[in-house]
Amino acid sequence: MGGGTSPCASCKLLRRRCAKDCVFSPYFPPDDPHKFAIVHKVFGASNVSKMLQELPFHQRGDAVSSLVYEANARMRDPVYGCVGAISYLQNQVSQLQMQLAVAQAEILCIQMQQEQQQQQPPFMPNNNDSAQDEKSLVNFSSLQQYLSFASTSSTNNVMQDPLKRESLWT
Amino acid sequence: MNSSRCAACKHLRRRCPSDCIFAPYFPSNNPRRFAYVHKIYGASNVGKILQDLPVSCRAQAADTLCYEAYCRIKDPVYGCAGMVSVLHQQLNVAECQLATVKAEVAAIRNDSAALTVPTWFD
Repeated sequence: MGGGTSPCASCKLLRRRCAKDCVFSPYFPPDDPHKFAIVHKVFGASNVSKMLQELPFHQRGDAVSSLVYEANARMRDPVYGCVGAISYLQNQVSQLQMQLAVAQAEILCIQMQQEQQQQQPPFMPNNNDSAQDEKSLVNFSSLQQYLSFASTSSTNNVMQDPLKRESLWT
Repeated sequence: MNSSRCAACKHLRRRCPSDCIFAPYFPSNNPRRFAYVHKIYGASNVGKILQDLPVSCRAQAADTLCYEAYCRIKDPVYGCAGMVSVLHQQLNVAECQLATVKAEVAAIRNDSAALTVPTWFD
């Protein structure tokens, strides 16, 4: 490394000479000191160095990105950190899946209604199959009960402010 | 041998003071819990994080630190952040599916409304 090359962000912060084979320098360039500062604050430079050294080269970039993400999450929310985001997202996924189930049940409902309308002409005052009609009506109403049960909104135990969806790896 | 030391002080081989910051959250009967956080964060950083929090929040913070440390040990590349990424993808898929099904419902309702126009008026 020539005399004109500036030390990486980690060696600048740690006030040491930046060696040619510095484990941090490919991932913590000098123009972004905040990135290393936050990782150092949460994990410690020594721990980050050990983690990176235990990984093959092609995985170290992603590891640094995920460490930066977790460190940022912990700084934003010192109590829950990344786990808060996981809890919030799991809640969102569950709610969407419930809405999906309701919408799919609604399709079934409408299709059953249409089938019933096609089987019965509009004016049939003397219907001999009243017992069979009652059965199909019973099935339809139980499906409607399911719809009203499934559509009641559940109370959310959101732990903190919702996090914006953000790209992890840029 | 002081058997009343917390897991942290046992691991660090030091005396466990009466006001030990780790003792309430790292009991001696679960040494792995402290071993995980020490490996990933270091005892000093964990101590600082807990010190900066009100006492009422420290137990929760210790639990989430343990969980994140465990995830990082299991997956050294992505850790907990990997789960966040997977959940974002699941959220996108669920949103697309919901939009598709809702469009289907709207289309079926439109078709159904068209079919119910009575023909005996002709």
